[in-house]
Amino acid sequence: MSEHDAHGEPRSFWTKYVWSQDHKVIAIQYSLTAIAVGLVALVLSNLMRLQLGFPGAFPFIDPARYYQFVTMHGMIMVIYLLTALFLGGFGNYLIPLMVGARDMVFPYLNMLSFWMYLLAVLVLMAGFFVPGGPTGAGWTLYPPQAILPGTPGTEWGIVLMLVSLLIFIVAATMGGLNYVTTVLQARTRGMTLLRLPLTVWGIFVASILALFAFPALFVSGVMMLFDKLLGTSFFMPAIVSMGQPLKHAGGSPVLFQHLFWFFGHPEVYIVALPAFGIISDLISTHARKNIFGYRMMVWAIVAIGGLSFVVWAHHMYVSGMNPYFGYFFATTTLVIAVPTAIKVYNWVLTLWRGDIHLRVPMLFAIGFISTFAIGGLTGLFLGNVSVDIPLSDTYFVVAHFHMVMGVSPVLAIFGGIYHWYPKLTGRLLDERLGKLHFWVTFLGTYAIYMPMHYLGFLGMPRRYYAYEGYEFIPASAQDLNAFITVAALVVGVTQLVFLFNLAWSLRHGRPAGPNPWGATTLEWQTPDTPPRHGNWGETLPEVHRWAYDYSVPGAARDFIPQNVPQSAAPAGDDAPPADRHAGEGHA
Amino acid sequence: MTTIAPPAAGTAASGWRGLVADWSGDRLAFAVPWGKAMMWIFLISDTFIFGCFLTGYMTVRIATTAAWPNPSEVFALTIGGASVPLILIAIMTFILITSSGTMAMAVNCAYRRDRVRCAALMLATALLGASFVGMQAFEWSKLIAEGVRPWSNPMGAAQFGASFFMITGFHGLHVSVGVIYLLTIAARVLGGRYEARGDYTIVEIAGLYWHFVDLVWVFIFALFYLW
Repeated sequence: MSEHDAHGEPRSFWTKYVWSQDHKVIAIQYSLTAIAVGLVALVLSNLMRLQLGFPGAFPFIDPARYYQFVTMHGMIMVIYLLTALFLGGFGNYLIPLMVGARDMVFPYLNMLSFWMYLLAVLVLMAGFFVPGGPTGAGWTLYPPQAILPGTPGTEWGIVLMLVSLLIFIVAATMGGLNYVTTVLQARTRGMTLLRLPLTVWGIFVASILALFAFPALFVSGVMMLFDKLLGTSFFMPAIVSMGQPLKHAGGSPVLFQHLFWFFGHPEVYIVALPAFGIISDLISTHARKNIFGYRMMVWAIVAIGGLSFVVWAHHMYVSGMNPYFGYFFATTTLVIAVPTAIKVYNWVLTLWRGDIHLRVPMLFAIGFISTFAIGGLTGLFLGNVSVDIPLSDTYFVVAHFHMVMGVSPVLAIFGGIYHWYPKLTGRLLDERLGKLHFWVTFLGTYAIYMPMHYLGFLGMPRRYYAYEGYEFIPASAQDLNAFITVAALVVGVTQLVFLFNLAWSLRHGRPAGPNPWGATTLEWQTPDTPPRHGNWGETLPEVHRWAYDYSVPGAARDFIPQNVPQSAAPAGDDAPPADRHAGEGHA
Repeated sequence: MTTIAPPAAGTAASGWRGLVADWSGDRLAFAVPWGKAMMWIFLISDTFIFGCFLTGYMTVRIATTAAWPNPSEVFALTIGGASVPLILIAIMTFILITSSGTMAMAVNCAYRRDRVRCAALMLATALLGASFVGMQAFEWSKLIAEGVRPWSNPMGAAQFGASFFMITGFHGLHVSVGVIYLLTIAARVLGGRYEARGDYTIVEIAGLYWHFVDLVWVFIFALFYLW
């Protein structure tokens, strides 16, 4: 095993499951932590909905708590659940297996990454137990309000939030270096970049985005900590508070917004690109058809990743900016719709006349196309300055970003978990519970967010604790809010079915075998299921074809794994030309 | 660290063809060891951090309403009765750039397997770096004695002190970490750890980091002290 040099196989319980350097164990550690903290955020969202649906019925949700719930829900979901689960969870598990490596290139760094992430989560959660509670500044943490009295949690909460983010960024950087280097430098023989499954492409480009975008959040976090703790004025203009001038003067609150969104917009794609990749592979596998336009899909991922760095100010149209800037950022924002639309068309064309198996992962994948297309279309509205300005502070925006970057990535995560759970455990998740979970979640999504678009058009402002006494909001809006809350509670409770399924199927699920879906990618071709330490036994696999040889005419089965030589089975008509020629040469 | 096979003959094409070959090849996208690739990627990421720090500093400098202190006067030393502008900064810059030279020589010696000279040059680099940090500490204490604080300063805009301490502090932290890094590697070079393995890439990787820290200083010098 000359290639197996990274680290020896661990023997004791502690080195195997706790201080583990094995990418598969680290992936599970990352995933379970992310899911646990995500459940906290889910409960917080339901508490918010209780206040909005039935104002005043739950006296413990006072305005301060409401804002703390909003803030923590947003930050946890975006950073500590979605980013961590896609990169730390799926990335860790799938990259080495899909590229045919024995592990990440720096296993020790990988282990550190997880422990730093766990530390970040603990620091964040500590916010619930300190005097004043967690910060209630909104997940965007805009100064000056984020650090001034009047906002909940300005004593300790905001400090813990910023420190936690800084630790998270260190963790994400250590992880990201591993993911990028592994994809670039540790692929197995025959695995060219343009034979990588799209899941790897999505996670790879997202990791690059993370490495380049998180620095802006890091810097803004450091500056705001200084503003809070040292009394500097990076983001703090001259302010008169309660009749008293504060010590701050001369800072630029808009600078924070620029730094935050220079991180914040790529962040949207840090969670969207892995979802794109996973969805592509799920659709291709369960439709038994090669992905339509593989190369175009790859270039679309790369193009979206690049464009995501030049659109950030579309989050700031109402902050005031030179109209020419608005023109520039509206243009780049709308341009991003082109590669994104290519992806959606290609998913649909992959489904077109496919041999579609409506198994649970496929249901989630198709659900993703639907929610993502809806959320993407409303994005076109909000990308235009003149349309955005009246809608900006309304529930229309809440509905938009929850559809496109809230629910859609979560559906991709669910689909991914149903898809790869058999590889992790050797057993399938229960199909009936999975379908129940899917339908309630999917239909619930529309029950929750469709009415929100309408409320937004009515002008219902977001971020408000209560809506009594606003004449422009009709009384019936409250009925709609109650309906949304009931739907949100139902969806929230249904996630327990998913958790039960995860736990129950571990012991009682149907045995899956090594490749239950008949998939072509390398992770399904491991000698053991679940894969053992080092993944591949004695010899690394050799790759001979792209990842999408499904339903190749003349082939014995409707899929040809990537490690089957061209001489043993011809490549499909849609395979890249290089692969086709090799096939003809052997034939 | 992992040693990798050198790229097979014929893959070393250059230009556009080389690019295509790199990206359509299997296993390695770049014919460099894992550690070196990772350091490059890390440095690009770190570039974004310093880029954001400097952009932030320039923005608050424009945003603030108070007058910005004149760096040539603030950072002047009185030598023999005459006030020499930026003299300390000039010396610090000279030292840091010199240390890049000694580092480059250390890398050269490493690849020639001249262990002792390599370690000595790395030690010299680390000492130059440490003296840089020492002078920075002197500069900090001088400014602090003159009443400059992160939240205020007697010469004008409060953001001057805030940006100064934040940016030079973050850079000084990088230099300090680099000094420790270099000393660690130098000790291992001397101890023969890389000789046994026949792979001195780590020296070059440490060098990459060191040159980066130097390069960042040039930008800080230009944008903070000269502007």
